[in-house]
Amino acid sequence: MENILKLERIEKYYGSRSSLTKAINDISFTVERGEFVAIMGASGSGKTTLLNVISTIDKVTSGHIYVGGVDITKLKGNDLNRFRREELGFIFQDFNLLDTLTAYENIALALSIQNKKYKEIDARIKKVAKDLDIESVLGKYPYQMSGGQKQRVASARAMITSPKLVLADEPTGALDSKSSKMLLERFQYLNQELSATILMVTHDAFTASYASRVVFIKDGKVFSEIHRGDNTRKEFFDRIIDVVTLLGGDQHDAL
Amino acid sequence: MMLCKLSLKNIQKSFKDYAIYFFTLILGVSIFYVFNAIESQTVLMDVTASTHDIIELMQEMLSGVSVFVSFILGFLIIYASRFLILRRNKEFGIYLTLGMSKRKISMILLLETLFIGLISLFVGLAIGVVLSQFMSLLVANMFDANMTRFSFVFSFPSFIKTCCYFGMMYVLVMFFNTIMISKCKLIDLLHGSKKSEKIRMKNPLLCILVFILASSCLGYAYYMVTVGVNTLQTANQILIPIGMGIVSTFFLFWSVSGLLLKFASTKKNFYYKGLNSFTLRQISSKINTTVFSMSMICIMLFLTICILSSSLSIKNSMSANIRELAPADIYLRKVLESDNQNTVREILEDTIQLEDYFKEYVELSIYQTEDLTFGKMLGSYFEEASKQFQFLGYNHLEKIVTISDYNRLARLYGNKEYVLNEGEYIILADFESMVQLRNQALKERPTIEIAGKILSPKYDKCQDGFLEISSNHINDGIILVPDSVISSKLLYSSEFVANYNVEGKSEKQAKENDLIASLEKLEDDFLGSTRLEIAEASIGLGALVTFIGLYLGIIFLISSAAILALKELSESSDNKTRYWMLQKLGVDNKMLKKALLFQIAIFFLFPLVLALIHSIFGIWFCNILLATFGNDKLLPSIIMTAIFLTIIYGGYFLITYLCSKTIIQVK
Repeated sequence: MENILKLERIEKYYGSRSSLTKAINDISFTVERGEFVAIMGASGSGKTTLLNVISTIDKVTSGHIYVGGVDITKLKGNDLNRFRREELGFIFQDFNLLDTLTAYENIALALSIQNKKYKEIDARIKKVAKDLDIESVLGKYPYQMSGGQKQRVASARAMITSPKLVLADEPTGALDSKSSKMLLERFQYLNQELSATILMVTHDAFTASYASRVVFIKDGKVFSEIHRGDNTRKEFFDRIIDVVTLLGGDQHDAL
Repeated sequence: MMLCKLSLKNIQKSFKDYAIYFFTLILGVSIFYVFNAIESQTVLMDVTASTHDIIELMQEMLSGVSVFVSFILGFLIIYASRFLILRRNKEFGIYLTLGMSKRKISMILLLETLFIGLISLFVGLAIGVVLSQFMSLLVANMFDANMTRFSFVFSFPSFIKTCCYFGMMYVLVMFFNTIMISKCKLIDLLHGSKKSEKIRMKNPLLCILVFILASSCLGYAYYMVTVGVNTLQTANQILIPIGMGIVSTFFLFWSVSGLLLKFASTKKNFYYKGLNSFTLRQISSKINTTVFSMSMICIMLFLTICILSSSLSIKNSMSANIRELAPADIYLRKVLESDNQNTVREILEDTIQLEDYFKEYVELSIYQTEDLTFGKMLGSYFEEASKQFQFLGYNHLEKIVTISDYNRLARLYGNKEYVLNEGEYIILADFESMVQLRNQALKERPTIEIAGKILSPKYDKCQDGFLEISSNHINDGIILVPDSVISSKLLYSSEFVANYNVEGKSEKQAKENDLIASLEKLEDDFLGSTRLEIAEASIGLGALVTFIGLYLGIIFLISSAAILALKELSESSDNKTRYWMLQKLGVDNKMLKKALLFQIAIFFLFPLVLALIHSIFGIWFCNILLATFGNDKLLPSIIMTAIFLTIIYGGYFLITYLCSKTIIQVK
């Protein structure tokens, strides 16, 4: 299998020499094409920092990150922007939809900034809207949509460019359980049917149980890693809870 | 002490927010100083006493205007500081939750206003002092004064006045800020920024309808003030097209803001290209929420452009007028009580040698008869005219001049001479409204009777010409008749028109002073005027209008640009998150900057474009209105206006762009 993402001994330090905070302390792992990986950890474990350096919003102190074979820690300026808009897709906790644009226009933006033709944009939106079941809200503004709909629109925006890697930062953080379930089922569908590679950061075991692999992070290091294998989602959930307990994370995180 | 430090830090920290505020204050202070310092600037200038009187009058009027200006500036400063407080809601909210009292927060604001006030006053005055040196040059140029020596002038009265006025404004600002802080609630402060914006789409059909209605209404208003200007009979009627213009400006903005997006989004290939959809949405929501202020700013800009270009051209046209309408150096009149009195020439010859003073002269007589009043002159049109214009002096006796007398004068003036047959008469007039009235009457070709002889009109229109020298077209009518109809019994006055036998302004002035001194010794009183007097008075009037126009124009310009800039910046925090999202999506900085520039440029250009269209017709109308002044030198003043517009409006645009760029953190 081809490595989509490869982290090589990355470290991220904050602060000065005298008071050093190691947000990421030597992490290495790989994500293969078509994988759905969840990264779990308590607050302050470094999972958001990890996502930030992968998404090139932040820079690593040392180590290398390869996305599709390209070392993104070496990219600068507009190359970085091009990489971000062509190779990555983002899904944020607070949706980050532009409030002045309709759902359709929000999704279209991801392609129009790549200078794609309208015909192609339109066709691809119709397709992705069907996949994510948001055809009925395309003409609406964010303030007219529910949280679940907003997050699915945001997901559509992230997926439509067929990115090598989709990064999701607490995608269910602002959703109720029903909407979360619906969104995660869509993720699973996209992952299995369209073989989208998804890397999702979460502190919620239920959310993580939809992934095919879960990487646990504690104090800036990889604590452990479990594969779903042939487990049902329920069994996988129980295994995740076991590790979370071991991790000493807050129990209520798992509820 | 802690509060002091906090407020100083605040100013430093939020300097980018304050940039517009500072810029406005500094501009306001310096302009206020410059226009109040004009008198001091001219103290050392080499001007005549009468010119100095005019300058004093001008200073008084400018003082009056300054009160008005200070109201506008005061309003603007309060508006701007309110905007700044709103931007800092969260900060104040945090102070309050930390347990700081409202009194202390007011104190912080008070200190901030004080610091900003002091800095801007200081900088503004420094700039004002420098600018007023240039103003001296302009004043000297206006009054044709010799700037033989350049001296640096500091106007202490203006300095004090500026400090007082702006001090008062700052006190007002502090007062309003305190009220604002004491009235606000903590919950609003902390969550003030979280408002869910609803996007209302206007019905496109309604928009098109309103657009068509508004533009045709505007078109008709344009027509009324230009081509159809004759339909406006009284001064009050001008309010109709003005009102129509204002209302249709508002609806034009209203409908265009709705249509713009509708139209653009149908051009899908354009709309879904790069950030176009985002930028267009930004612009349209901005315009949508600011239709009212947009219209206000548009009208202010329109006023500014008209005031600046008309007032700047008035001096030029006045100089041109004097060349045309005062073609001789001196004009004297003596009203004769009986027909055997001495004429002006005869009286002059008793005291002075005419050839010592004059190169050439013409003498002529004006006749009047009880038989020929203005009313009778109108013939059958009299009935209608007396109903429509009740206050005209219909019993005034008409001035009658023989054709040979007039032609001699016309030769001296270099004006057109006329030929008249027996039994004919001509009316000469150049005062526009009187010409129209008389032309109405002349259509009926009324005959007149002088000393028993019947005369009929040679032309069915008034002809161009005048007797007295003046600065304006003020000849309301002279009847030219054949020499044969006149008898000396009808004699009314004796006139004497001459040119001095020297060239050059100062030589002529010396000659004139000399002449007037000898005339004062005479027991006879003369009516009349000299070209030098007329020139001085009219230049004074021109300068007065120019300076007041400049003053008001610049202040209007500052106000509208500042409001626009604040409106744009007021949404910068929303924009910050929007642009940050775009950045996360991987939009190039170049593209972001382009979108931002485009957004702000459209926002600034939108009212300007309509204002410019308004101005074309506005200036056209001013031209017609000021026709008595003869506005023909418009181009230089329009160029000057464009320069002012570019510097001030463009300056605000640039600052707004730079500020927004730092706020949204696009490097």
